[in-house]
Amino acid sequence: MAGGGDELKLLGMFASPFALRVKLALSFKGLSFEYVEEDLRNKSELLVVANPVHRKVPVLIHNGLPVCESMVIVQYLDEAFPGAGAPFLPSDPYDRAVARFWASYIDEKLFSAWVALFAAKTEEEKAEGTKQTLAAAETLEGALRECSKGKPFFGGDAIGYVDVALGGFAAYVHAFEEVHGLRQFDAARTPLLAAWLARFVELDSAKAVMPDVGRLVERGKMMQAQAAAATAATAAAKAS
Amino acid sequence: MATVEEEKAGMVLLDFWVSPFGQRCRIALAEKGLQYEYREEDLVNSKSELLLRSNPVHKKIPVLLHHGRPVCESLVILDYLDEAFPDTPQLLPAPAYARARARFWADYVDKKVYECGSRLWKLKGELQAQARAEMVEILGTLEAELGEKDWFGGDSFGLVDVALAPFTAWFYSYEKYGEFSVDKVCPTLAAWARRCGERDSVAKHLTPPEKVYAFIDVLKKKYGVE
Repeated sequence: MAGGGDELKLLGMFASPFALRVKLALSFKGLSFEYVEEDLRNKSELLVVANPVHRKVPVLIHNGLPVCESMVIVQYLDEAFPGAGAPFLPSDPYDRAVARFWASYIDEKLFSAWVALFAAKTEEEKAEGTKQTLAAAETLEGALRECSKGKPFFGGDAIGYVDVALGGFAAYVHAFEEVHGLRQFDAARTPLLAAWLARFVELDSAKAVMPDVGRLVERGKMMQAQAAAATAATAAAKAS
Repeated sequence: MATVEEEKAGMVLLDFWVSPFGQRCRIALAEKGLQYEYREEDLVNSKSELLLRSNPVHKKIPVLLHHGRPVCESLVILDYLDEAFPDTPQLLPAPAYARARARFWADYVDKKVYECGSRLWKLKGELQAQARAEMVEILGTLEAELGEKDWFGGDSFGLVDVALAPFTAWFYSYEKYGEFSVDKVCPTLAAWARRCGERDSVAKHLTPPEKVYAFIDVLKKKYGVE
């Protein structure tokens, strides 16, 4: 439970993997918070004031003070709530550097590969996006092997910084498979990641905050249809 | 050439002369008074075996080797230097909230400055005009964050200052390609840049602006830009 007098408010969006990271972090630390669902097409005054630079979710507001950027928030929670369970980052400086490196990799390479695949219009773009996605998953499989040292999570026996970073995508990965027909963490290609994912989504603290995959699939299919319609409209306009 | 023993002990920085990301590390090491061996990587022709082995994922500099173990990504290196050397001047302040703010702004510099600057010299016409408008906005946003303070870190030269300082050497090039004046568009930030240049750690490690400008010509040829 949050300490006396600590007010935590999270501005998020149900489909945002970055907002989910923060929900997971709060849940794993047993911190209670008020959740505000943002309509990103019609951003609230609160969001715009709390994150004037990016106007994005997630934003964690702690006793009125905003913290932005998902992994900055996760580190902040470690530092501002030292009594709330074990910290996500390990204590050794080198291990911390390794954890930060992989969290950065997940954002820069893994997520951007998925975005490229999602945005792919031509068969060529799709093939390239698929190639990048599979390569990134393979690299991350190596990272899990290295970091876990045979234990269940990147953080070892308990959930760590990289587990939270990747955990934000746990529901998204299932939805992506249904919408695009590609399994990112396939048991044959990436056995450790497949096992990690199955294990992660079963954790009580994860279950408590995971979004409904069905709802994500619905949204993903709708966005896919919209993108296809836009492409068709552009093609039609060019042809006429 | 370092011996295997030298490689394993102490610190080695794999870097590239003009890289602003590498310069962040050089500045931080200087601010902390830490000794290290600087190794220039030939990124144009061939990356060293040591670099490829130390950063197999990205194959990029900077890489800091400490007792033979590699730390990659410049901001990760800066955090590491604070944490591995707690008795040296710290780049991050103590309070959790101030740390979160510093990390946010270091991330902002990382996401925005180099990428927008690259578009400024790579692109033409409307896309270049867009890059120019964005660069002016980015500099303005940074200026607003700096406010009345001497440094982004407040009274002390901190993480955000170190993250941004190397890019002051690129301002001249941004001005030429963007056809604007940093002094006019963000005078407070321009004054901060001059203050940075007066620090030994920065003065010793920044590339002279005209050399950065000449280097961009090399990059343009490499990318086939007119």
